[in-house]
Amino acid sequence: MFDLTGRKALVTGATGGLGEEIARLLHKQGAIVGLHGTRVEKLEALAADLGGDRVKIFPANLSDRDEVKALGEKAETELEGVDILVNNAGITKDGLFVRMSDADWDSVLEVNLTAVFRLTRELTHPMMRRRHGRIINISSVVGVTGNPGQANYCASKAGLIGFSKSLAQEIATRNVTVNCVAPGFIESAMTGKLNDKQKDAILGAIPMKRMGAGGDIAAAVLYLASNEAGYVTGQTIHVNGGMAMI
Amino acid sequence: MSDIAERVKKIVIDHLGVDADKVVEGASFIDDLGADSLDTVELVMAFEEEFGVEIPDDAADSILTVGDAVKFIEKAQA
Repeated sequence: MFDLTGRKALVTGATGGLGEEIARLLHKQGAIVGLHGTRVEKLEALAADLGGDRVKIFPANLSDRDEVKALGEKAETELEGVDILVNNAGITKDGLFVRMSDADWDSVLEVNLTAVFRLTRELTHPMMRRRHGRIINISSVVGVTGNPGQANYCASKAGLIGFSKSLAQEIATRNVTVNCVAPGFIESAMTGKLNDKQKDAILGAIPMKRMGAGGDIAAAVLYLASNEAGYVTGQTIHVNGGMAMI
Repeated sequence: MSDIAERVKKIVIDHLGVDADKVVEGASFIDDLGADSLDTVELVMAFEEEFGVEIPDDAADSILTVGDAVKFIEKAQA
């Protein structure tokens, strides 16, 4: 089950906690993995840790639209066809809405949503031609429930769900599936920024009384990337310890 | 048949997987050759790539048959 031997995957934000877990699992299941990130040293370290075999690195700044386009072209060429695209990279610029600056809104939407649009557009057409592809977008539970202080982030993550459903309908006949994974609260650098009071409040809302691990999310991504999930498209898999049952 | 017509025909045969004898000038991509709306977009993109021309959306909408495509490309390259 879930064998990815010979498949080529591109994971954005692969040096973040979640992206790294996803990249490691896809690699373990046999995929050739392209690692995107912003810091070359971290990408090289992860590639080396994966043994240097079946792995390539693709540094790019997702805030720069030309770099996003170039990333898609480069990955398609160097991996000789991207079968699995995991749009995982994301940023936060939290703040209460009434004090949220244009810059904080724009930068979050640019990286979390517009870069996904542009990168996916580069890679979708070749997938359609090959009559096979898996596009997996990492959304978030708060894209569905909302979260105070994260209007920009929640808008971007909700946007990914609508984007995925539309694209899924357009290209379903080409055997290219488009789905989201919506993590709840996961132990990561992003949730590490929360203070203790915030953490207690969060745990109180999670029936499992613990935050998730990166591996919990990676497992859902692996399923959607696999041949076994070929009939699943336009869906959002919520992996959140029961904190929202949607 | 002109060189352009031959190249158009080849793209259509390759992309839609239809018999060469069906790809005549008056053949409609959708009604006669079994294309869906996504196929027509892909054909337009393939024509753009092959001939180095830009086919805007409103022009693409009026390209319904093999002959329409040939005529548009001949005009664009003239």
